[in-house]
Amino acid sequence: MRFAMAIDTKKCVGCSDCVVACQTENAVPIGYCRDWIVEVNDGTYPRLEMEIRSERCNHCSNSPCVRCCPTGASHYDYGGTVLVTPHKCIGCGACIASCPYDARYTHPKGYVDKCTFCVHRVKEGLPPACVAVCPTKCLYFGDTDDPRSEVSQVLKKRKYKRLIPEAGTNPNLYFLI
Amino acid sequence: MNRRNFIRISTLGAGGAMFGSIGFGNDREPSLIDRLTGNTHPVESGYTRTPTYCEICFWKCAGWVYKNDQDEIWKIIGNENDPHCNGRLCPRGTGGVGMYFDQDRLKTPLIRTGARGKQEFRRASWDEALDLVAKKLDFIAKKYGPETVALITHGSGGKLLATLMKAYGSDSVAGPSYAQCKGPREVAFGLTFGTGLESPEPTDIRDTRCLVLIGSHLGENMHNSQVQEMADAIDRGAAIITVDPRFSTVASKSKFWLPIKPSTDIALLLAWMNVIINNGWYDKEYVEKYTTGFDKLKEYVQPFTPEWAYGITTIDPNMIRDTAKEMANASPAVIIHPGRHVTWYGDDTQRSRAIAMLNALLGSWGRRGGFYLPELKEIPEYPHPPFPPVAKSWRDILAGRYPFAELPLANAIVDGSIKGNLNDFQYRGWIVNGSNLNMTMPDTRKTLEAIQQLELLVVIDTMPMEITGWADVILPECTYLERYDVLRNDHNREPVIALRMPATEPKYDTKPDWWIAKELAGKMGLEKYFGWKTFEEFLDYKLTRMGSSLEEMKKIGVKKYERTSGDLYFSAENPPVFDTPSGKIELYSSQLEEAGFDPMPRYTAHEEPPEGYYRLIYGRTPSHTFSRTSNNPNLSAIMAENKVWVNPKVAANWQLKDGQDVWLKNQDGSTTSFPAKVRITERIRWDSVYIVHGFGHTSSQLTRAFKKGVSDAALITKVLLDPVMGGTGMRGNFVTFITENPDKEVKA
Repeated sequence: MRFAMAIDTKKCVGCSDCVVACQTENAVPIGYCRDWIVEVNDGTYPRLEMEIRSERCNHCSNSPCVRCCPTGASHYDYGGTVLVTPHKCIGCGACIASCPYDARYTHPKGYVDKCTFCVHRVKEGLPPACVAVCPTKCLYFGDTDDPRSEVSQVLKKRKYKRLIPEAGTNPNLYFLI
Repeated sequence: MNRRNFIRISTLGAGGAMFGSIGFGNDREPSLIDRLTGNTHPVESGYTRTPTYCEICFWKCAGWVYKNDQDEIWKIIGNENDPHCNGRLCPRGTGGVGMYFDQDRLKTPLIRTGARGKQEFRRASWDEALDLVAKKLDFIAKKYGPETVALITHGSGGKLLATLMKAYGSDSVAGPSYAQCKGPREVAFGLTFGTGLESPEPTDIRDTRCLVLIGSHLGENMHNSQVQEMADAIDRGAAIITVDPRFSTVASKSKFWLPIKPSTDIALLLAWMNVIINNGWYDKEYVEKYTTGFDKLKEYVQPFTPEWAYGITTIDPNMIRDTAKEMANASPAVIIHPGRHVTWYGDDTQRSRAIAMLNALLGSWGRRGGFYLPELKEIPEYPHPPFPPVAKSWRDILAGRYPFAELPLANAIVDGSIKGNLNDFQYRGWIVNGSNLNMTMPDTRKTLEAIQQLELLVVIDTMPMEITGWADVILPECTYLERYDVLRNDHNREPVIALRMPATEPKYDTKPDWWIAKELAGKMGLEKYFGWKTFEEFLDYKLTRMGSSLEEMKKIGVKKYERTSGDLYFSAENPPVFDTPSGKIELYSSQLEEAGFDPMPRYTAHEEPPEGYYRLIYGRTPSHTFSRTSNNPNLSAIMAENKVWVNPKVAANWQLKDGQDVWLKNQDGSTTSFPAKVRITERIRWDSVYIVHGFGHTSSQLTRAFKKGVSDAALITKVLLDPVMGGTGMRGNFVTFITENPDKEVKA
């Protein structure tokens, strides 16, 4: 089982609902976020292009953050999700430095925090909070090991890219383009 | 990039490193069955939930408020059965919890002790505050007449306050949502089709093949179900045509983006009609059967060729033809979207008429993929004695001006409160509810001039907005999460109602509007208009007569009803009815002609920015609603301030740097209280600047929003009044940059 997310950049309007829903669902402290919006512009008026992406931890299959964690707090978990065990985390920040996606932050309580793919919801058969709330339905979540899953289906049909593949982390976020 | 930026913006080159490889999906090894059950929200076990509908904006999506194991409000999730949201709230609805938790909320009734605007208040009990209001209203009624008191309101709470006003003897109940927003299109569609659009607009985006947006930035205005249907339309491959001087979010998702010169939309619309008529691309059968005035229109649009429009709009004539063809190919499954905030240049009813007429030519009204025929559930009234006659109605007060206004105009109330503006009449008191007039109404100075002449200003709000600083009495209402309200009931594909009930007790010494209205009525001897004992009884009375009950609604939140008015679209069983004088769609409006207006829309050249000035364009952002959410902790975290969008060419002329502070000054010398940061972006034309509306709060009690960004209201001192219905056109203002602190005194 390998959880992954596909983000349809053609539909995303960058409304930040994913960010707010994550904050309320996971009680992320105000001023911090586990997911965020990136807007990339190209061209000169009036020949312009814009891509909008909802980003978060890539839950890489070859995660530098897991490799470099001195205490084992960062680890692979259910369906390949990369999680942090707060009470094992000493807040050294090695994982933050190693992440090419800038996906981690230090929680005010001292441990490192990041997207969990809402594994607590997923275990109950619910989609992650960001996926459930997205007004444009531009987020697809599921098991890429299962060819029948929605995410596998959409990856079969659509052109996509992954971010910074040259880092060799084998990320599990796919951006439909 | 800063990890704490929730929205990261880059241009290609700087952000190029973020791009990865491009690949195609491969078949993957089969494995465990996907455990996901789809995009539904089963009841999260172990937690209690109560139904509500959102009050963060007018879309009023229904949802569920969840509490955590400490019995505190945890999150709000959309109600799956609600067509306004389909189980998915927008960021503001999701962040609605912040409205409850905001520690800057109004906490107790306050009575002014110093001069107006000085922010000197003392705490008062509800009894004392309401006594004072009742006494003052009684005084005004005796001295000037009750019709000199106006209610200006936005939101659900205003309904019971409106009942109080009618019982008192005034019908001047206005929302800025009319003459500062969607009024012109309501009038225009009414004149053309015999019926307005209401809210949500009956645009059948779900089934459209072509969506045309004129200055409407759907996706930045999170009109939830419309945004959802638009995203589905993108998935289906429907064509979107966006007309906007700014490269809006939806422009980036459009098949065609027409970067029009601002203020020239009518020329484009006339050229489209010219192309569609002269090429015979209109829906001939529909036009023949259902419209009147086609021959006059055909003759009228002859001069308005794409080449003519090119010189005005700067849009390539071929682009005008191609987009006309695109619409015609999709006809009748095409929507020329009427927009929502349409008070721009003072000829807004006429521009909206052109939009309505283009829809008529393409046969989209009453057709699948065009405009559906909505239905509204009738809600029985709780019995009350007839209201007293109004000595002078709002229409009498207008004395023949703006003959097509259907509702009272907030701007006319502001005008009419200044001595001498309306000869013998003057408004003497305002009750303002959920409407921060200092930032909602154009020309803040005029609003304040009017306020200074009032005998009474009562403000009912949840937050210490700017308007509260000018009140004589401030009545703190509790948030929507802490109260009952009237049933939500809007036009939809099928009739649907929604319940709001308190998820928790009101924080602080705050009260719901219905309670305030009923208590005031009691003190004014008007209790017979509020015959119910509890609000539960008021709601249950209605619900039990609608085949439901309060008990049932508490469990389901949303109730849908079968349609009783026939098909969703025109059909043999459901033939069209047009409530116009001719009984047809009026391409040529005899009503406008009789009243002395152009029977068909005319393009008028509007004033252009002087040298060194740029047209001020303002709009929405998905995470905020006007000025009411800027202090919401969750939403302020997403976007705390607005920036001034400046084209790189303009920035180079002014030697502006990205992120630099600038103050804006308009053509009348009015300057913003605070600076805003410059955002240098290709997404805006060189003749305009753009800011998101609702920032630049001057109330120091809004600790997160105070001094963050700039307010457009201070820059909109020139108002282009729509003579047809009194709307306030606000896009005729021009601004220049001040790079040094003008050391302006800040008035809170």
